[in-house]
Amino acid sequence: MAKGRLSGLLPPYLMSAPALVLYLALLGTPMVMTFVLSFHAFDFNKGILPGFSFDNYWEVLSDSYFHEIFLRTFGLALIVTFICVVIGTPEAYILSRMKNPWRSIFLVVILGPLLISVIVRTLGWAMLIGANGVISTTLKSAGLIENSIQLMFTFTGMVIALVHVLVPFMVISVWAALQKLDPSVEHAGLSLGASQFTVLRRIVLPQVMPGILSGSMIVFALTASAFATPSIIGGRRLKVVATTAYDEFLNTLNWPLGATIAVLLLIANVVIIFSYNRLIEKRYAQVFE
Amino acid sequence: MKTNGIPALIFHGLFVAFILAPLVVICLVAFTDKGYMSLPTDGFSLRWFEAILENQDFIDAFWVSLYIALGSATIALIVSVPVALAVVRYRFPGREGLTAFFLSPLMIPHVVLGVSFLRFFTEIGFTGTMIGLVLTHVIIVMPYALRLVLASTAGLDRDAEKAALSLGATGWTVFRRITVPLILPGVAGGWVLAFITSFDELTMTVFVASPSTTTLPVRMYHHIAQTVDPLIASISAVLIFVTLLLMIVLDRIYGLDKILIGKG
Repeated sequence: MAKGRLSGLLPPYLMSAPALVLYLALLGTPMVMTFVLSFHAFDFNKGILPGFSFDNYWEVLSDSYFHEIFLRTFGLALIVTFICVVIGTPEAYILSRMKNPWRSIFLVVILGPLLISVIVRTLGWAMLIGANGVISTTLKSAGLIENSIQLMFTFTGMVIALVHVLVPFMVISVWAALQKLDPSVEHAGLSLGASQFTVLRRIVLPQVMPGILSGSMIVFALTASAFATPSIIGGRRLKVVATTAYDEFLNTLNWPLGATIAVLLLIANVVIIFSYNRLIEKRYAQVFE
Repeated sequence: MKTNGIPALIFHGLFVAFILAPLVVICLVAFTDKGYMSLPTDGFSLRWFEAILENQDFIDAFWVSLYIALGSATIALIVSVPVALAVVRYRFPGREGLTAFFLSPLMIPHVVLGVSFLRFFTEIGFTGTMIGLVLTHVIIVMPYALRLVLASTAGLDRDAEKAALSLGATGWTVFRRITVPLILPGVAGGWVLAFITSFDELTMTVFVASPSTTTLPVRMYHHIAQTVDPLIASISAVLIFVTLLLMIVLDRIYGLDKILIGKG
């Protein structure tokens, strides 16, 4: 061989170099700076003070105001994920049993909204569920209710809008798992006398479980860090972690505290993603072989 | 192939209605002839579409979003293609780690990215510049672009390249005449997905945009925080329509289902 081992290794690194430089400068540096910022102190008159202390972390972790926000965010993520599993899984199964062209059409109808801005989709819900919204006025003029229904600025409203924004991710994951399913196993179960329900429970469900798990991980992580929908539907009163970080940065201007909330959100996110992945790989290792 | 029963089809109908309801409502309200938010029950009107043209800040924001999306999608693709080729062609130490690193922005909440970019740009005195915004969007859209390019390079037929080389073609000719045409659908699909992702981005941008570099989603967000009116509905309706057009284009060049599944 004329070429040495070393020169053979050079091209892949050179090819990755531009992206690597970009990432180190524009992702690595800002993340490290934010991490450092979270240890700085803040004074409303003097601004950000240099130094190193865990005071911000202590404040977030001990103040009941922040407890409420973190608990609300966690509860919201749990409920949204649960509803997405309950409605997204059967929908993916129904889609997989459709014949083309209907299957392709509905796949696009259900997944297509992912390409439409979250702000537009949230706006649609604001128009539907507000006190003067379409649902309320329609029900009132039909004489079904007397007072207008107000779901804007409520927890229920946030749940509905977030399920709408995120359920396509659930459908995608379960859909991908269903593609690996061998339909002949289902037929075998049926022809051996199992009921439709038994086949679903004993054959289909165990095999799509990895899809349900990875879908719920995506939905959970995205709900926990959602900003636009909780901000518009939840308003100022129902704060979540992401909107709190926004307020600390752009309204209160307490950047070190905002950075602390951001760091905690990132850590929670990464921990959840990694433990989910561990769980899926451990339990369903054979599925991926 | 088993077919769906009646209960399954009813469930499916409700599900599709749930998905489409907010989008349909926006498109209907956009055609109202009233000065407030209402369904066009007694007459369709285009007045709120005309009103868009009189709102210069929304038009400015549209151009800002367009430039940022064009710039960031293009840069993301230019740096993604060599990475994808390196990962597919070579076995080198750190190969998996590097790929994971390039996909890592997918794991970082956009709020955290927004906070970090704001801090970074303030420190280096780069706040609210157009170039700064484009570069932050590159970080956001690159994982999506890279995934589609990786998928297209993974299926690359190496025999065709080897055949061309053995027949005396130079490395550059092989790249230009064989590699590029083979990965082009993936690259084009990745570019459009990156473009859409950048154009729609709100959460990170809301931290780093200045009054002169306000993008359309940020402008819309600030507007909705104040008031929900038919103007914002007509702007959203235009966005929905343009996205539909882009979806048709995507379907032609790459296959919409493949791209949408890659989004997850």
